Amino acid sequence: MFLLLPFDSLVVNLLGISLTVLFTLLLVFIIVPAIFGVSFGIRRIYMKTLLKIFRWATLRIERGAKEKNHPLYKPYVNGIIAKEPTSLEEEIKEIRRSGSGKALDAPEFELSDIFYFCRKGIETIMDDEVTKRFSAEELESWNLLSRTNYNFQYISLRLTVLWGLGVLIRYCFLLPLRIALAFTGISLLVVGTSVVGYLPSGRWKEFLSKHVHLMCYRICVRALTAIITYHDQENRPQNGGICVANHTSPIDVIILASDGYYAMVGQIHGGLMGVIQRAVVKACPHVWFERSEVKDRHLVAKRLTEHVQDKSKLPILIFPEGTCINNTSVMMFKKGSFEIGATVYPVAIKYDPQFGDAFWNSSKYGMVTYLLRMMTSWAIVCSVWYLPPMTREPEEDAVQFANRVKSAIARQGGLVDLLWDGGLKREKVKDAFKEEQQKLYSKTIVGNHKDRSRS
Amino acid sequence: MGCQSSHPSAIPELEEIMQETGFSQASVVRLYDRFQALDKEQKGSLSKYDLQGIGELAVNPLGDRIINAFFKEGEELADFRSFIRVLARFRPVEEGKSKETGRPEPMNSRLSKLRFAFQLYDQDSDGKISRDEMLQVLQLMVGIQVTDEQLVCIAERTIQEADQDGDGAISFEEFATSVEKLNIEQRMSLRLLK
Repeated sequence: MFLLLPFDSLVVNLLGISLTVLFTLLLVFIIVPAIFGVSFGIRRIYMKTLLKIFRWATLRIERGAKEKNHPLYKPYVNGIIAKEPTSLEEEIKEIRRSGSGKALDAPEFELSDIFYFCRKGIETIMDDEVTKRFSAEELESWNLLSRTNYNFQYISLRLTVLWGLGVLIRYCFLLPLRIALAFTGISLLVVGTSVVGYLPSGRWKEFLSKHVHLMCYRICVRALTAIITYHDQENRPQNGGICVANHTSPIDVIILASDGYYAMVGQIHGGLMGVIQRAVVKACPHVWFERSEVKDRHLVAKRLTEHVQDKSKLPILIFPEGTCINNTSVMMFKKGSFEIGATVYPVAIKYDPQFGDAFWNSSKYGMVTYLLRMMTSWAIVCSVWYLPPMTREPEEDAVQFANRVKSAIARQGGLVDLLWDGGLKREKVKDAFKEEQQKLYSKTIVGNHKDRSRS
Repeated sequence: MGCQSSHPSAIPELEEIMQETGFSQASVVRLYDRFQALDKEQKGSLSKYDLQGIGELAVNPLGDRIINAFFKEGEELADFRSFIRVLARFRPVEEGKSKETGRPEPMNSRLSKLRFAFQLYDQDSDGKISRDEMLQVLQLMVGIQVTDEQLVCIAERTIQEADQDGDGAISFEEFATSVEKLNIEQRMSLRLLK
């Protein structure tokens, strides 16, 4: 017994030291490449291995369900109802033709017209395009995270062990590592930019500022184990332009800023965010607004215009949707950024939800919970496409220009292009849309000219 | 639709609902998920405000009337059972099922579907669509796009055509007769994907 005591403390000490050394080595191993912007490709190997494991896990679940003869819960990627894409006019004509047997397609009201609106209404209650964009995308195969499992009753022992192992790795190994990296990244950013802020303006200041920013964002990228593929980097935003992208989460900023040097736009927050914001603005001119100023659209537009007109200033990064969408669609772009008259550089960001869902459901999770969820997922995998720059044509107005940019981004990212306003989840829709429907319908009952029939 | 699907045991009165509406268990679970997704404040029931928040429904001229169909007279909230009862009327009719006498009329029969549509016209539930009710529906559907005189003409003509007993209003039977050629079973059905 007595002999064990000195042994014990020796063992504990050795263990402690070796763990610390290992940890530090790991940190250095990850941070050093970040400083120089190189990568060893370890994350990609990690990604490929994970994919193989996920596929195996899904097969297991399917087998388990088959044995018990139960139907498996399959996620519906295309909505839950069978929909036929017909227009209002077509359907109403169809109904009238089949109902009354009249040969004429003359515009007239029929009692049966109501069936169209009735069915359409119930159809949207069962499944509409917008509500489902504000919850996380459903996956087709399981990725060993309990938060995405719908068929938990079919997991075999082997799968449970694998899942348990996954939990251990994610929470006990990856999470502390990631938190350490995030801490390093953020503190370096704050300290670095504050120091650079003291330098006199000039080429050195700009050079150092750019590299401090890039370096810290790269460390943050590794803190999330984000595996990003950049496409068409020759189209990267230039000075005096505006970079617009679709918005899925606050991480979008880190992903774009680790590959380019941007001026951020936003509201000044309190807390840690505020500290970071105040530090970075010392090194390079970001555009921060006080809370009261944000409501004043003219002031915002004026400051942004001033910024883009100065060709020496960095490209502005803006997310025109105004809110986080779940990355299956792109919603209406607010026209503010498109009225300024600068060159727009669209960027499409598409996440692969297999490894970790990046969507921030702000009504469900606060920021801290969200970040924790991010840091305990396997990885954040995404693709970024830099689209060729666009400018407003003389005949189009800001709204049309915004829609054109939106379509380009949706097409490139493989997202659904929706006309609805992302703010819809909190507000009610405009009457203008309702009038559109009414206009379309009235054509079917009175045609395009005045009513000629007299009863 | 959230990431977590509901477990069948979480749904209250599942068996009774399946019996009454004829939906399969998978369909009921799907619709329960939808109910929860619409119930933004997680209160366990839907308010009119929750349904009015659906953009595509708000632009439907008959949107408000359809929403009212889910709520009982004077009630502010609808529970899942009331919700799915309305949706049950739009279940596709099964082929080949013969009429069994003695069984209560299924919720998705042709008659039920017709009654639902009739209800959208007949707001005071007196069993007849009067000229004023006809006008109201027309006004909802066209807004300001058509003048009132034209609408009155259209309403009167429609009632004239469908009215068989000459009382100046359309009863349910007259309504059913005027659309008897129409394939209601198909027009008023929504098929849930498997």
